[in-house]
Amino acid sequence: MKSLEELMALRDAAKAKMTTRDDSTAVTRVVVGMATCGIAAGARPVMNKFTEEIEKRNLTNVTVAQTGCIGMCQYEPIVEVTEPGKEKVTYVLMTPEKATKVVVDHLVNGNPVVEYTVGALKK
Amino acid sequence: MRELSLNVLDVAQNSVAANAKNIEIEALTDTAANTLLLGIYDDGKGMTPEQLAAVRDPFFTTRTTRKVGLGVPLFKMAAEMTGGTLEMESEVGVGTKVKAFFHTDHVDFVPLGDMANTIVTLAAMNETIRFRYRYEVDGRAFVFDTREIQAILGDVPMNDPSIMNWMTAYINENMQAITEVQ
Repeated sequence: MKSLEELMALRDAAKAKMTTRDDSTAVTRVVVGMATCGIAAGARPVMNKFTEEIEKRNLTNVTVAQTGCIGMCQYEPIVEVTEPGKEKVTYVLMTPEKATKVVVDHLVNGNPVVEYTVGALKK
Repeated sequence: MRELSLNVLDVAQNSVAANAKNIEIEALTDTAANTLLLGIYDDGKGMTPEQLAAVRDPFFTTRTTRKVGLGVPLFKMAAEMTGGTLEMESEVGVGTKVKAFFHTDHVDFVPLGDMANTIVTLAAMNETIRFRYRYEVDGRAFVFDTREIQAILGDVPMNDPSIMNWMTAYINENMQAITEVQ
C-alpha cells in the first residue's frame, strides 16, 4: 500500500529538485486542450503521456497545463507547445505515441515534429 | 465518452470555470441494488433558475465563443441510457450540485473507468481549489482530500510528476481495497 511516509520522501526529493532548477532559463509550456471535445477525443491519456515522459527524461524546465476548447474540435486532442522566445507550435490529432515523439524531438532536441502540426493538415 | 470518469472530469471543469473554491466528487456504489451515484458539488458562482432550466439543452452555454455546450447533456445521456436520471440544483452565490444515477446492471452502462486519473488531473491542474473525493461501496468509504495532501507537501506543487504518480497509485489502491472486501 502507498503510505504517507512515501509521499513525504517524494516531497523532499521534489524540493531538492526545485532548488537545483536553473531559474535563468525560461520555462517551456505544454498546454493540452481539456474541454468536452478534447476529453472525448482522448486528451487525458495524451496529457498523462507528456507528464510521464517529461518526468522520465527529467526535463525540469517544462510545465504541463490544460486549457479549454479553442474551436478546432475536429482536430482534438490538441497540444500547444510554447518555448520562450519562439512561435507557438500547435499539434493536432494527438495520441500518446505522438506525444512521446514530440517530447523527444521537440522538447529534448528542439526540432518541432512538423507532420503533426496544424499547418501540415491536408486542406 | 468511453468511461464515466471522463464525464466527471468534463463536468467538474464547469465547477472550475465557476470559480469554485471547494469541489466534492462522489462515487457511491450499491452492489445489491446495482446502482451507482456520481455527484459533483461545488461552491462556485451558481446559476439562475433560467440558466439551470436551460443547461440540459446542448444548445445552451454561457460561453461567448460559440453556441453549444455538451458537458451536462452527455452526462445526462449516459445516465438515462441505463434507465437512470440526472438531477441538478443550483443557487447564485452558493454553488451547483450535479447528481447522476446509473443502473450498473443495464447493458448500456458505461464503466466508471479511471477515477484516480480524473481526480489527480483536476487536483494537479487546479492547485488553489480543494478537491474532496469520496468513493463508497456498500457503505465502505475512502476519502481523498487535497487539503491533507497539501499539508504534507508544503510548497511542493501537486503537479510535480512524481507526486501525481503517487496520488494516482494511492487512490487506485484504496479504491481497490474497498471494492474487493467481501
